[in-house]
Amino acid sequence: MQMPKPDSHVLSRKDLIVARLKEVLPEDAVISDEAETRAYECDALTAYKCPPLAAVLPSSTQEVSAVLKICHELGVPVVPRGSGTSLAGGALPTADCVLLGVARMNDVIETDYDNRFIRVQTGRTNLSVTGAVEEDGFFYAPDPSSQLACAIAGNIAMNSGGAHCLKYGVTTNNLMGVTIVQMDGTVMEIGGKHLDAGGYDLLGLICGSEGQLGVVTEATLRILPKPEGARPVLMGFDSNEVAGACVADIIKAGVLPVAIEFMDRPCIEATEAFAKAGYPMCEALLIIEVEGSAAEIDEQLGLILQIARRHNPVELREAKDADEAGRIWLGRKSAFGAMGQINDYMCLDGTIPVSELPYVLRRIGEMSKEYGLDVANVFHAGDGNMHPLILFDANKEGDLELCEAFGADILRLCVEVGGCLTGEHGVGIEKRDLMVDQFASADLEAQMAVKDVFDPAWLLNPAKVFPLAVSESRRSVALAAE
Amino acid sequence: MRPETEAELADMISAAKGPVCVQGGGTRGVNLNGDVIETGGLSGITLYEPGSLTLVAQAGTLLAEVEAALDAEGQRLAFEPMDHRGLMGKSGEPTLGGVVAGNVSGPRRVSVGACRDFMLGVRFVDGTGTVVKNGGRVMKNVTGYDLVKLLTGSWGTLGVLTEVSLKVLPKPESAACILIDGLSDADAVAAMAKALGSPFEVTGAAHIPVGLDGTPVTMLRIEGFAGSVDYRAGQVAALFAGQEVRVERNPDAVTKGWAWVRDVVPFHGADGDVWRVSCTPSDGADLAAKIGAEAHLFDWGGGLIWARVAAGTDVRSRLGAFDGHATLVRGTGQPKFQPEPAAVAALSKGLRAKYDPKGILNAGLMG
Ligand SMILES: Cc1cc2nc3c(=O)[nH]c(=O)nc-3n(C[C@H](O)[C@H](O)[C@H](O)COP(=O)(O)OP(=O)(O)OC[C@H]3O[C@@H](n4cnc5c(N)ncnc54)[C@H](O)[C@@H]3O)c2cc1C
Repeated sequence: MQMPKPDSHVLSRKDLIVARLKEVLPEDAVISDEAETRAYECDALTAYKCPPLAAVLPSSTQEVSAVLKICHELGVPVVPRGSGTSLAGGALPTADCVLLGVARMNDVIETDYDNRFIRVQTGRTNLSVTGAVEEDGFFYAPDPSSQLACAIAGNIAMNSGGAHCLKYGVTTNNLMGVTIVQMDGTVMEIGGKHLDAGGYDLLGLICGSEGQLGVVTEATLRILPKPEGARPVLMGFDSNEVAGACVADIIKAGVLPVAIEFMDRPCIEATEAFAKAGYPMCEALLIIEVEGSAAEIDEQLGLILQIARRHNPVELREAKDADEAGRIWLGRKSAFGAMGQINDYMCLDGTIPVSELPYVLRRIGEMSKEYGLDVANVFHAGDGNMHPLILFDANKEGDLELCEAFGADILRLCVEVGGCLTGEHGVGIEKRDLMVDQFASADLEAQMAVKDVFDPAWLLNPAKVFPLAVSESRRSVALAAE
Repeated sequence: MRPETEAELADMISAAKGPVCVQGGGTRGVNLNGDVIETGGLSGITLYEPGSLTLVAQAGTLLAEVEAALDAEGQRLAFEPMDHRGLMGKSGEPTLGGVVAGNVSGPRRVSVGACRDFMLGVRFVDGTGTVVKNGGRVMKNVTGYDLVKLLTGSWGTLGVLTEVSLKVLPKPESAACILIDGLSDADAVAAMAKALGSPFEVTGAAHIPVGLDGTPVTMLRIEGFAGSVDYRAGQVAALFAGQEVRVERNPDAVTKGWAWVRDVVPFHGADGDVWRVSCTPSDGADLAAKIGAEAHLFDWGGGLIWARVAAGTDVRSRLGAFDGHATLVRGTGQPKFQPEPAAVAALSKGLRAKYDPKGILNAGLMG
């Protein structure tokens, strides 16, 4: 993965930059020692590492603003960071950047049940947002599997999803307002406690912009009353086609489950070996969860099971109590861990139209043979967001490159059938160079024009999202202007 | 001008020297100076997959055509776009592009989200005549910046939409409306907060201070499978035990009641300006008192105030500073949209300068 050549002018002024940062931040909030900056050298895409020039850990919006003003004045690139769980290299530093981590900013600022929102500093972890309101019967809906660790900051930057987004939507559908600091230090409020934008939907534009438009320091998030209960069913089928058809029929019948999760045979086998959840050995397995009161759950599950039976399942398992529900989810929840036991893996995230599921799974199987690398599929079937996990051996010469080439082919396939490169993980550096497979140059120009407006000098997370060759002229103009 | 293809539209716009006014059905009250570009020639549903909950259509497709196609499969646009015709005194046929350009939503916005929350993709022609696409037809997509949201609700000032893709949802089997009589504005807002904060999935919460019989009525909607609606309507009604509560189960009456709120029927044919105020729900009653309107009603649990005032009333100065914004929906003499703080206005202006450097698309509408 290519990164731009570090700006030697910036590198040569490290001492000055660090001294200036120390003028506006407490001593312990500026990290410039090489041994310590290593802690920030990568995110969860660990194949790529680069310690930043310095890291800063501000505690308030004012401190963030002061840091950005200095970096703006001195022409130093800034890479924002939440918890560093990005799978796309979104928080990967460059050698000439100041890494700005918001981890110290994790307060709850306000909870308001009458208006159903919570306002937090964005360094707060996803799960602890729900944690702050659950005793009062509320929850924050977007629930990425990384929710114990990932921060609201990263969730907003990546527009993260979760297992329950079929019903509740992703981050952008649950975000009401932000405080955002622009690269020149200007602090702005976008959105608020009301529902719709008064002018252009800048909030919608900021969500998913991968830290390239500003640093988000506070967020107003929609919270929802907790449903009375939830219950899953598990069903096994002897082909991917039939499982796919069953999903479509359930949706067409007017049931809207909160989650429809899909696992294929390689994934079932791996998780069984690891977690021993007692899954049936079959080609495709669905876990479907519905919510409501006990009677409502019975009504919906009744309909779902009736539809499933029409597709001759090899197994149908209803959870009668919390224990059985836990066992149904056990395998799914340990899928990633299970794959990690077998080998190194790369997790893809393309989305496809649900109707293309059987075809895409078949093609992935064929490509797996061609590349000689195993793939397991586990994903959110209701919305077509696939997560093929390609297994490889990081210690074997050339295996990573082979795996990346295979991954790129799968993503191109997703685009070819009418889908996209990434459904929830973001582009980062990982899918940057594939953007030209999904977008024409006018489409990319229109996106980069937005960055021109928000960050004319292209200093915020500049080497991400757009292919380097495509953003080159903008980044070099910014450099020359310094 | 009435282009029949996206390419024709692109040529027209790149050739345009002066302002153009983009019109779908012309039902939403946007009438600006300049050459009119009608989108009606760009019509037709391109793709509809009920099993994937996805619909793609050209922007000039009539809303009625879209709704009929969805209805045939037992699905709908869940954000419940309002019909502006009665309020604006317009005839004409609303188009899907007009709904998207205005981010037009209805009472269900409070639970399922606005039009923007159901938008999956757009194609548009920007002010230079360049065709741009963003998003796509799949339900989860974070590939690049979300220009879909930017274009939704941009009222034709950043580009002329040519094709839109949307997520659609199943039509519920059944619906009920819980009606509480006689509440003051403040008590109604509190009651709506209580219902919306319950786990019973209320999909509409409105308060009409002067209902059909001249007295206040608060409306709460429940939708879903029949058994579940019975159960939840009962639970919600029980939250207000001791008050004047009724449960309406007649489907036609429920549909009609909510269409009445959605389209602000009480204001139809009445004189004066009409304002739409988006605010923090619990501020609703106080803000309505500040406006001192001739007539008003609340939707979105108090978070949306419709106000009818004497022509020329400066509602924004009556409101003063508050969390939200006020839009002049019907009337003239003041900016249609709430003026933005300087830093935000600079971004909006910057975006317009990029997408419409000639400054010709619905010029002046959004600042
Ligand atoms: C095991 C595992 C499971 C996962 N499961 C899911 C899942 O189910 N769904 C899903 O969507 N994702 C998932 N992810 C991906 C990841 O957790 C999400 O992308 C998450 O939102 C990243 O949050 P973070 O705080 O760790 O952000 P980081 O990794 O620190 O940063 C992510 C991006 O956000 C930007 N950023 C960070 N802070 C700010 C800020 N204050 N202002 C502006 N930009 C900022 C960064 O520059 C970077 O581009 C998973 C990751 C792992 C490791």
